[in-house]
Amino acid sequence: MGKYIFKRIVMLLPVLIGVSLISFSLLHMVPGDPAELLAGEDANPEFIQAMRKEYGLDQPLYIQYFQFISHVIRGDFGISIRNREPVINLLKERFLFTLQLSFLSILIAAFIGLIAGVISSTRQYSLFDNMSMVGALFGISMPIFWFGLLLMLVFSVHLKWFPAGGKGTLWHLILPAIALGAASSAVIARMTRASMLEVIRQDFIRTARANGLREAIVIYKHALKNAMIPVITVFGLEFGYMLGGAVLTETVFSLPGVGRLMVEGIFQRDYPIVQGSMLLVATTFVLVNLLTDIAYALFDPKIRYE
Amino acid sequence: MSEEKSRKTSQFREIWRRLKRNRAAIVGGIIVLLFVATAILAPWLSPYQPNEGDLTKRLKAPDREHLLGTDPLGRDLLSRVIYGARISLQIQLVAVVIAMVVGIILGMVGGYYGGIFDHLIMRLMDILLAFPGIFLAIAIIAVLGPGLTNLMLAAGIYSIPQFARIVRGSVLSLKEKEFVEAAKAVGEKDFNILFRYLLPNSMAPIIVQTTLRMATVLLTASGLSFLGLGVQPPTAEWGAMLSNARAYLITAPHVATVPGLAIMLVVMGFNLFGDGLRDSLDPRLRD
Repeated sequence: MGKYIFKRIVMLLPVLIGVSLISFSLLHMVPGDPAELLAGEDANPEFIQAMRKEYGLDQPLYIQYFQFISHVIRGDFGISIRNREPVINLLKERFLFTLQLSFLSILIAAFIGLIAGVISSTRQYSLFDNMSMVGALFGISMPIFWFGLLLMLVFSVHLKWFPAGGKGTLWHLILPAIALGAASSAVIARMTRASMLEVIRQDFIRTARANGLREAIVIYKHALKNAMIPVITVFGLEFGYMLGGAVLTETVFSLPGVGRLMVEGIFQRDYPIVQGSMLLVATTFVLVNLLTDIAYALFDPKIRYE
Repeated sequence: MSEEKSRKTSQFREIWRRLKRNRAAIVGGIIVLLFVATAILAPWLSPYQPNEGDLTKRLKAPDREHLLGTDPLGRDLLSRVIYGARISLQIQLVAVVIAMVVGIILGMVGGYYGGIFDHLIMRLMDILLAFPGIFLAIAIIAVLGPGLTNLMLAAGIYSIPQFARIVRGSVLSLKEKEFVEAAKAVGEKDFNILFRYLLPNSMAPIIVQTTLRMATVLLTASGLSFLGLGVQPPTAEWGAMLSNARAYLITAPHVATVPGLAIMLVVMGFNLFGDGLRDSLDPRLRD
């Protein structure tokens, strides 16, 4: 097991280096002098020169890259061009918010997806099964931002059950989390159903039934436990995708998340903000995938020996 | 030659027979056909010019004059949705073709030659996949800048890894087969082996992926336009049409519902048709 984890971490390094190279090169790929970009509009020549010195922009590129990396490792993502605040401060707050939102979303998605998937598989081709599979089709076909608008229209504007945006309480997070989690709950429901159907057809389930175990125990104890292994991978992957999809929900509900921060950064040409958000989200996604793989290996010994 | 032709026809008939029996796939196929027809016939179908509004008729609810109502600038919503099909189809086609061509080349080279090429290509794909979902497209836009052309490029690059991985997997399993070995033995050039032996035999998963990607690309591209990073106003694009709809949720809910419905229907069509194709082309590809 330790060897497997070590191998996975080693495979991660080139990816992380690639991600950092992409974020680093952002400043150098957009047209214009990096020092002038960092100094912001209408900066005087002395300030531009000071920025050039401070960020080592007069050094060769590879030295700049190593400086960039050594700063990032120490948690220094530079200074925001717009409000002259350290990027790390903005990132920290915004990222925690997005994590919260994604976490609530995956909880909702897992709850709905697992229940729909398990019931569907025990009653294949029943009305419930057909309805939930049609529901899943809608779930994967609806644009997140549009579903968010619809939820807002029905539950905030008409029924007035939830606030239409902003943050503060858990109440503010429910609609955005549902909008963000809809597609994932569809994927989880489909995956659970398929996996359960495969397990239910296997011999050990027939044996369990033949031994006279109650159907509920057969399904929830024996079948579900085995069917969950591939579903766990989906949880991890979907949670990761939520970090990306959150930008749409955050925009619809005007929430202060890291996705929104990055998009605002693009509009305002606040490159340190964009670089920091890119690095943070991609690194988190990569780490979530690593944890997912490890969890998968823990549950399924076959993987470790591949 | 004619024997090969008849074999191909019968294979095609078998696929068509299986596809016809799949009701969901037929529904999906019809939606896709209607979407393409709408995109092509937009100028003849739409009752008004998509970008000409009458400010005295802002945010009107659907009525006889404007079947789907009007938007905040008094433009006919139905005409804008119809023209939106055009821009969507254009984005989808360009993006998917970019992804397909680059993905096929990378996947074939990696899978066929293996070694350091394969390693480099696959690590590069891993790096692209390190950005979750739409975030990769946003990151590309961050470098290229917003706009229609860059949106198509971003949506294209965003889809390359999927094609590269599928083609690579297919080439890896095919290159050990006898007909490829035979081709090598009679001295066929690598180029011929790749494009005349390996590619035609990898078409099934590529066609399925192309169809399903049309759905993903539409979701991503409309999302980017919704964020203001893609197609810019006044162009009638479904995602962009929704971007300020929030302000009119109370006064004019149709502004927020109609364009999203169009996106959902088209995405659903491609998903249904793609799933159906997968089952008919090769039942083993089912997941």
